[in-house]
Amino acid sequence: MTDPTIPVTEDELHAYVDNELPVERRSDVERWLAANPAEAERVESWRSMAEALHARYDSVTNEPVPPRLELDRLDRRPRRWIIGAAAASLVAFAAGGTIGWLAHGAALSPSPLQILTGEALDAHRLYVVDVRHPVEVPGEEKTHLQQWLTRRCGRTVQAPELETTGLKLVGGRLLPGPTGPASFLMYESPSGERFTVYATKAGIEAAQMRYTTQGSTAALSWTERGVSYVVSGGSDQTRLTQVARLVYDQSERTGG
Amino acid sequence: MSAFRQSVEAMIPALRRYARALARDMDAADDLVQDTLVRALRSERLFLGGDLRSWLYTILTNLNKNRRRSLARRPLLMPLQDDNPDASGTEAEGRDIARALATLVEEQRAVLLLVVLEGMSYREVADIQGVPIGTVMSRLARARAHVRAVIEGERPALRRVK
Repeated sequence: MTDPTIPVTEDELHAYVDNELPVERRSDVERWLAANPAEAERVESWRSMAEALHARYDSVTNEPVPPRLELDRLDRRPRRWIIGAAAASLVAFAAGGTIGWLAHGAALSPSPLQILTGEALDAHRLYVVDVRHPVEVPGEEKTHLQQWLTRRCGRTVQAPELETTGLKLVGGRLLPGPTGPASFLMYESPSGERFTVYATKAGIEAAQMRYTTQGSTAALSWTERGVSYVVSGGSDQTRLTQVARLVYDQSERTGG
Repeated sequence: MSAFRQSVEAMIPALRRYARALARDMDAADDLVQDTLVRALRSERLFLGGDLRSWLYTILTNLNKNRRRSLARRPLLMPLQDDNPDASGTEAEGRDIARALATLVEEQRAVLLLVVLEGMSYREVADIQGVPIGTVMSRLARARAHVRAVIEGERPALRRVK
């Protein structure tokens, strides 16, 4: 039993609208609202607010679930067409929606891949400018480099062949990554253009390929079969995509 | 497919609705849902019964909180996917409510959406946010007052869209 003369509190009004009020108190609140039209109007506005929210967002539940949210797909590694989509998106990006893309990027959640990409870009910027000591083990000792990185990283590390795009292996080094040791390989073109391939074991099985740019450097990153890759280079997106595609295709073949 | 996966899958449409209202941007919202699902699948063995729905909403709410906290120092990653425009209704009312939501502080927006849009009890929301029920109720009251003020234009200064 409640006393109808006890004034209705703000909490009770909300509880009334949200059906959380004890049944025996409901009629008290209704009587009180009848005597307080301003409060009744406020409660009514909450009801229209609820209607507006449902009118605006309920339709989302009827939209087809996008493929990237299919559970089976979340377990699988990224598929080959993603590279094609990458190229298409890069064209769209170059074509102009910069502000839209940036605004969009600002709303994304920080994924492990995002953290990793930050590390890889830092390493890229730190070492590509180094003329005399860019790597620990030079490219001439490729076999040794691969064996060493394989042992230290606890997974097969194979330096991709990027000769077809005019890139020669400068060498590599071992880096600390957010989730364990990372292999870091540097490539160079005859004109001195440098690309790096950063790879480390990931906490997740697969993540789709993403593009990011910071100043004059840019990166494409993805995760497949539990290994995250970040290919960093200059801001020429077509060129970066070309290099990333080679890395992607070879890592898919070798599992490295 | 396991019973667990089936239950998770059945929740995807509702999680997308909540995320869309929480994050506004369709792709950012689906990113949140994707991260939530990946995390849930990874933690399947850690989930020992209980309320799967609350658990998924908790993951999503926390991910959204973390993402806002760490936006500053992370590189901006852009999805390599087509950016579909929001296909749902564009009537003025929908725009108004979306705009008003955007001006709410994070915790208040989450409470309003969990209670009003997702039909959660105050108790469930308190568990999701890890706060006492009293805090949920004061957040809800402030959220409703603020949204009402924005929609009715009582405080024109707040009409600015972020």
